[in-house]
Amino acid sequence: MNTTPSEQISKSPLIELKGVAKVYGKGRAAMHALRGIDLRIDHGEFVAVMGPSGSGKSTCMNILGCLDTPSAGAYLFDGVDAGELSRDQRALLRRNYLGFVFQGFNLLNRTSALENVELPLIYRGTPTGERRACALRALEAVGLKGWETHTPGELSGGQQQRVAIARAIVTNPKVLLADEPTGNLDSACSREIMEVLAAFNSERGITIALVTHDADMAAYAKRIIRFLDGIIDSEEQNGGTP
Amino acid sequence: MLRETVLLAFREIRRNVLRSSLTILGIVIGVAAVITMVTLGGGATAQVASDIAKLGTNLLQVRPGQARRGHSGTRSTGDMFKEDDAEAIAREISGLAAVAPTASQTTQAIFGNKNWSTAATGSTNSYLRVRDWPLENGRQFTSGELRAGKAVCILGATVRKELFGGQNPIGATIRLGKLSCQVIGVLESKGQSSFGTDRDDFVLIPLRTLHRRITGNTDVSRIYVSAQDGVSTKKVEQDVERLMRERRHIASGKEDDFHVRDMQELVSTMTGTTRVLTGLLGAVAAVSLLVGGIGIMNIMLVSVTERTREIGIRLAVGALERDVLMQFLVEAVVLSSFGGLIGIVLGVAAAAVGARLLAVPFIFDPGIVVIAFVFSAAVGVIFGYFPARQAGQMDPIEALRHE
Repeated sequence: MNTTPSEQISKSPLIELKGVAKVYGKGRAAMHALRGIDLRIDHGEFVAVMGPSGSGKSTCMNILGCLDTPSAGAYLFDGVDAGELSRDQRALLRRNYLGFVFQGFNLLNRTSALENVELPLIYRGTPTGERRACALRALEAVGLKGWETHTPGELSGGQQQRVAIARAIVTNPKVLLADEPTGNLDSACSREIMEVLAAFNSERGITIALVTHDADMAAYAKRIIRFLDGIIDSEEQNGGTP
Repeated sequence: MLRETVLLAFREIRRNVLRSSLTILGIVIGVAAVITMVTLGGGATAQVASDIAKLGTNLLQVRPGQARRGHSGTRSTGDMFKEDDAEAIAREISGLAAVAPTASQTTQAIFGNKNWSTAATGSTNSYLRVRDWPLENGRQFTSGELRAGKAVCILGATVRKELFGGQNPIGATIRLGKLSCQVIGVLESKGQSSFGTDRDDFVLIPLRTLHRRITGNTDVSRIYVSAQDGVSTKKVEQDVERLMRERRHIASGKEDDFHVRDMQELVSTMTGTTRVLTGLLGAVAAVSLLVGGIGIMNIMLVSVTERTREIGIRLAVGALERDVLMQFLVEAVVLSSFGGLIGIVLGVAAAAVGARLLAVPFIFDPGIVVIAFVFSAAVGVIFGYFPARQAGQMDPIEALRHE
């Protein structure tokens, strides 16, 4: 399930946006969120997307995450045109290759950390025992061993975001998409979260695309892309150390 | 996957115990009402059938007057029968077990200071045979008593109770109007008929005694004819009709001025009536099931809206439209089936209590239980589908943004 032709031809990009535009609404009320984006992200990259509010970076993330489709242009995920996929096919792509981390954590309330992490595996049809073991390993990897039975309400913001990260990586995704993961956290927690993400990138080779307002957080990435008014304004390489 | 979905549904229902209970209340009431109505109705039908069967299903009643009424104002009453009509039937028609001519007169029965208004019914011992009515005590009439019209009587259970209380009436002398007559027997109690009349409220005396000492005429108002086992009552009915037309000189083409009533016909008419009533009551009860279904739909819609964010999360981590739809559909079906189960238990209990109160037999019908359960589950599918589809078709981005 995790082996695709691209791993043999590792030179081809994992993610490729070609002239992607996104328009919301019609006619005069039309809002051009993206005005033609060309972007390549290779296997194992850690990319930070920055830009002011309304610059289109969240729209871009939604398209990368197959939650939304481009109005124009093409989005090739591992060589597959995601714009041509049906709703269910995109759901399968998310299920098998993508992991999400959101600003608002988006955990299921009144559900234990362990069960939150198990959620994507349920839809994959993983058997109960294996599912439990994978979820426990993922929680341990984000440093939450011993917190499995706690519900989100009983965890701090930083811990909740760790649960969300565990949920995102429990399926061993190819890409982890993080939309302002530290937006609701204080700077100490934010740094911890970024270190967890950076570790997954360097140790497991999970490709990470991160949206952030905060230059300190973007500094963890190896490449920084700046959006402005729906287009890519600038792009710079970064050492990957803050 | 299905196991997880069902477990999830149970958990979600447990989280909102109060809301879930109120949601299924409509289904509970609906199913309970249907089961109670249909069970009681079935009991009443069986009761009517067995009541009429107690009269004897191979029993015919011959009465003067036309059976059909309504389509002309000139319904002739027809002349009363005489005793020799009954004798002719007994003599000329084959395959009969007994023929009992009867006549009746309302009268006062008096014993000591007790006074009871009842019916004096004149007949022969055949009456006891055709009505299949055993004596509790005493003896039947002797042929001498019948022939001579002696002043002897057999009491119905009600009359005996009213006049004698706990005393033994055999050998006592009571008065029927102006006639003093000796009690020679007491009938077993048959209780109320399904038409609501007390069947034990009469005094049986020899027909000739009634004629000579009470009514002063020789009219016979009703002839009971019972066929032997295995003899078709239809054939006997036709024979009796033919014979009576002959004896009453009715020209061919003219309508009968008497009628023969077959008890089996009566059984089917009466049970047919109660069945229609049962169906009607069941249908009214089924409407409440429908209302219960709308209640489920309403709550499921609220639940889908409340859980928009959860739906967004599920869609984001890779749930298909089908997965989310199934989750909510299973929840609705689990809710409604659970309501159905509770309704079945309550309905059967209510029917058992109701049957006792209404004095009808309690007949447990597994068929209606299965139907009620399947129906309640179907209500969950039908009324849960629309909210579940709404959940499945949500846009994940919108759903995730939902507060």
